[in-house]
Amino acid sequence: MVPISYYIILSAVLFGLGVVGFVFKRNIITIFMSIELMLNAVNLAFVAFSREFNQLDGMIFVFFVIVVAAAEAAVGLAIIMVVARNRKSLNVEDVNLLKF
Amino acid sequence: MSVAMLVFFACGVMAVLGAIGLILAREPVHSALSLVLVMVALAVLYLLLGAAFIAAIQILVYAGAVMVLFIFVIMLLNAGVEVRTNLSRLARWVGIPLAIVFLVEMAYAMSREYGARTAMAAGGAAAGPVPASTQALSMKLFTEFVLPFELTSILILIAILGALVLAKKEA
Repeated sequence: MVPISYYIILSAVLFGLGVVGFVFKRNIITIFMSIELMLNAVNLAFVAFSREFNQLDGMIFVFFVIVVAAAEAAVGLAIIMVVARNRKSLNVEDVNLLKF
Repeated sequence: MSVAMLVFFACGVMAVLGAIGLILAREPVHSALSLVLVMVALAVLYLLLGAAFIAAIQILVYAGAVMVLFIFVIMLLNAGVEVRTNLSRLARWVGIPLAIVFLVEMAYAMSREYGARTAMAAGGAAAGPVPASTQALSMKLFTEFVLPFELTSILILIAILGALVLAKKEA
């Protein structure tokens, strides 16, 4: 049996890499993919804790997280398409209308 | 080392390498394929944890539907190689220390909570194991969580409508 701490460490590393991707990447689609990576890392922690404490609620929560992530991906990618159409670019630095 | 440990380390390394590939790849398509690798590795880890249903929807919804949507949009928008700008070079010098600080902070928080957690785990294990079967999961989903479950269908409907309205070409 793998100790739960290993899963949590892996989850933390994946979340950290997601944050790094979110900060570093300039392409709006890759930034969105980094968010998905962070969601996946959180899911792993949920399932690991659910297993550790013998509670199914963690897995139910993961189910809802996946559903919401799917809905988020649909709306987010539609927004990205509109931004790309209006700005003619996928670089986030070109989306600076609200920046002073 | 047991088989479970070997599988964990194989999938863990695969997931971390996929995540690093996502960050390092310049082409968005390569990033997307790296993310698929991460998701498949995580699905195997869910199986290892005994969450068969979660593993199945991870493959079906995430690796299947969501990533196909991503790759579809990448192809549709003809997303090319990322450009390097002054700001992204600045992000390197500010971002790497910040990322290290973030990881150290999380490691500290986890190691501090570890004592309390093991005490709690000992209490939880005494209650007896609950099988994480798909049957038990669906029983809970359709009794205790039936209202949130039904609400997600409305959420998905709204998401579909939102995506349609947003992506529609203005006349």
